[in-house]
Amino acid sequence: MADPMKIRAKLDGDVADVRVLMAHEMETGQRKDASGNVIPAWYISEVKAELNGKTVMKANWGPAIAKNPYMQFNVPGAKAGDKIVITWVDNRGDTRTDEAIIK
Amino acid sequence: MNQTRRTALQVAGGMGAYAALVSIGLFRPGQAHAFDVSSAFKTQGIAATLEALGVQGATESAEVVINAPDIAENGAVVPVGVDSRIPGTEAIALLVEKNPNALAGTYDVSGIEPRINMRIKMGQSSDVVAVVRANGKYYMARKEIKVTLGGCGG
Repeated sequence: MADPMKIRAKLDGDVADVRVLMAHEMETGQRKDASGNVIPAWYISEVKAELNGKTVMKANWGPAIAKNPYMQFNVPGAKAGDKIVITWVDNRGDTRTDEAIIK
Repeated sequence: MNQTRRTALQVAGGMGAYAALVSIGLFRPGQAHAFDVSSAFKTQGIAATLEALGVQGATESAEVVINAPDIAENGAVVPVGVDSRIPGTEAIALLVEKNPNALAGTYDVSGIEPRINMRIKMGQSSDVVAVVRANGKYYMARKEIKVTLGGCGG
């Protein structure tokens, strides 16, 4: 299983500033190894963010998202103690879900 | 067993196919608000990628703001933010014109503020194009980013 994401969710009024750092190679499929074989593409293809169990953001990614992806977005209608859950799925079908409490 | 197999078996067991797909997040109510990504990660260049995304007639708009450096020293990690000031923004897409495939990612932002910060790879100096879908119409903005060290690893 992949390394955990780091999620920080900080309240500003009723908007949560959410910052996520994921651990993933995001291999483009363009690179070759020392023998000249193409290193297969391996990248997070879907991301979902939920606030208290309700999906608020979904993303579809390709391999042009940088390695160890970082993203930041703002979720309105949040309160301290609410839960943000981030899920990613990659093109091999691996998946990771992590959560954070909004402070 | 992976989630797709589990869902397929549930469908075989009588659970409605649509409900099964909703439960693993492949479809959800409001899917119409997202960009069509079924082929859009495979195209080259802006025009072909916009067509694959289902974008018709995007208007250049100063209300779509791209926050990114003019010069990126490291093409492997280029910070790009897209901020849509257009009311009713549903989705944001980011394209890199000269990447091997132009589409970097799409975001369904209906539940958040229409502003995303991300980090992308750029293989060479190129324009980035942000496309916004708002109230069923499309708007776009373009910005040149010069890259001193390309980031696709080729």
